[in-house]
Amino acid sequence: MSAAGILQPVRGSRRIKDLAYRGALWCCVAIAMATLGVIAFYVVKRGISALSVNFFTKEPASQLHPEQGGIVQSFIGTGIIVGIASLIAIPLGLLTAVYLAEYGKGRLASAIRLTAQVLLSVPSIVAGAFIWTVVVVAFGNFSAFAGGLALVVLMWPIVARATEEVLLLVPQDLREGSLALGLPRWKTIMRVVVPAAGAGILTAVMLAVARALGETAPILLTALGNDFINTDPLKPTDAVPLRIFSDARTPVPGLHQIAWGGALVLLLAVLLLSIGARVLSVRQQKRLA
Amino acid sequence: MSSAVGSDALAGLGASEPKARRARFIDRGFRWVTLLIGVGLIALLIYMLVDLTAGGWRTFSRFGFGFFTGTTWNPVRGREQFGALPFIFGTLVTSLLAVLIAVPISVGLALFLNQVRGLLANPLAVFIDILAAIPSIVYGLWGLFVLKPFLDSTVEPFLIATVGKVPVIGVFFRGKAQGPDMLTAGVILAIMIVPIITAVSREVIAVVPRDLREAALALGATRWESVRVAVLPYARNGIVGATMLGLGRALGETIAVTMVIGNVPKIGWSLLQPGATIPSWIASSFREASSVGLHRSALLALAVTLVIWSLILALVSRILVRKTAEQLGEPGEDEPVSVARLGTAG
Repeated sequence: MSAAGILQPVRGSRRIKDLAYRGALWCCVAIAMATLGVIAFYVVKRGISALSVNFFTKEPASQLHPEQGGIVQSFIGTGIIVGIASLIAIPLGLLTAVYLAEYGKGRLASAIRLTAQVLLSVPSIVAGAFIWTVVVVAFGNFSAFAGGLALVVLMWPIVARATEEVLLLVPQDLREGSLALGLPRWKTIMRVVVPAAGAGILTAVMLAVARALGETAPILLTALGNDFINTDPLKPTDAVPLRIFSDARTPVPGLHQIAWGGALVLLLAVLLLSIGARVLSVRQQKRLA
Repeated sequence: MSSAVGSDALAGLGASEPKARRARFIDRGFRWVTLLIGVGLIALLIYMLVDLTAGGWRTFSRFGFGFFTGTTWNPVRGREQFGALPFIFGTLVTSLLAVLIAVPISVGLALFLNQVRGLLANPLAVFIDILAAIPSIVYGLWGLFVLKPFLDSTVEPFLIATVGKVPVIGVFFRGKAQGPDMLTAGVILAIMIVPIITAVSREVIAVVPRDLREAALALGATRWESVRVAVLPYARNGIVGATMLGLGRALGETIAVTMVIGNVPKIGWSLLQPGATIPSWIASSFREASSVGLHRSALLALAVTLVIWSLILALVSRILVRKTAEQLGEPGEDEPVSVARLGTAG
């Protein structure tokens, strides 16, 4: 074959197949982008008209005039439920990560890692069903506390695994330097290693909170929902996802509007946290690299 | 701070015996606390599995294997009958449909992200991450008020009029276009699992040595030929693994499905009929079951079934993805945590 033969353009069925392949790739990209675009478009378009002062400050009004009411009880409830979950899951996750990254070697550490991985792949409704039986059914009522516990089951492994990765990125020199100065190991970890990984740990926490904010199934089975403001963690409590769920299933268009408003606020909060986490982690990686 | 360092340093050197002992005690104590918490995570998982199984035991022992093959679900006291087949059927149909739609798109996206290093690749990766971060409830709301009406008014009448008339395949597309159905649930699930399948496929494709592709291209292969000959055969196991992971996610997805599927425990071949999945049924009947022992036990038995499926799928997927990485000489590292990995909120 001559050199000219090699350089000849591809023709016939080979060319058609290649063009089809390239076209198919672009189609996939177009479908993904278009889907995201359409979802974002509708959430913003329908949600924005629901937002008002009442929306953020009032409890639901009568079904005849839903637009006069708001979902303040959902915001407060989400705060309480996710707050309880964070207060428990973040320290537990952090200390689990410390064990895995600083002390853990051998079988036990692998077992803990595997457990975290397994918990991450368990459907979230199962966490809800678990807390439903051990807390709700056992104590006889739905509550914000039970909702928080269901979210702990989901957040703990996320914080643990994500934080472990960050701790492992902290240079060994820092630990050795600190130990050489005579600092005991626990102080080295808590005062030198953890602060050095600060931004990365914050990323892990933000991801976990973002996930918890959007969860519906686990808190449906545990916190149930409520039409009124409730600040007692031992009583049924509303949350934004629960409100969207119950409003969307009514036949009242005004309540659908409220649901879209809730979806917009929820989406913004979750995206801000996720994108913030992404930006932070990119910056952290650059700093450590 | 400096004085603390000083005294600890001296303690470490054994200058002051009681202080040194205390310091060592605290140090060991801290280690034990972290260890206990780590073990606590294992205990939590075991407790969860044992508790759910114990809760479901009444149902398993009363109905035996009939729980998986029965088609009647009747919680009325005295006439209780719990058969999970309609939910198992609904879960499998919607999830398989989702995988069928999502896998080609995801593999396309993964190939695109691996080959195109242009202006578009980075924003595309961000977009896919955003798709992964959208909460399930938002997908559900959108599915109910935007996707369902759209499918009902355009796609489904079209399917009924064309594919519905074809023998054999036609049975999947009979019935009326209106109303909740399994097709809508499958499409919503497909959108929700694209990010995870894309993320894992992308990692697997990224470990295929570039030399192979470049050698193929140097020999005059077109892009498609280079992918077919030098990428897909190596990444195949990993892509199957990614698919399993996506299937696992689809099986357990609750709220979005609950909102569009209609929650009717019925078995029928047509995708245009309402159905119910295991999670959607748990979510829609847990309230009545809270105070009734056997009904509650039946729901927990459903949850156990779900856990077993998702654990098997996660395990198989992990083995396949690792095998691919090892075959290609990459260290079989643990999966990195990313937004897509952490999954869509259920």
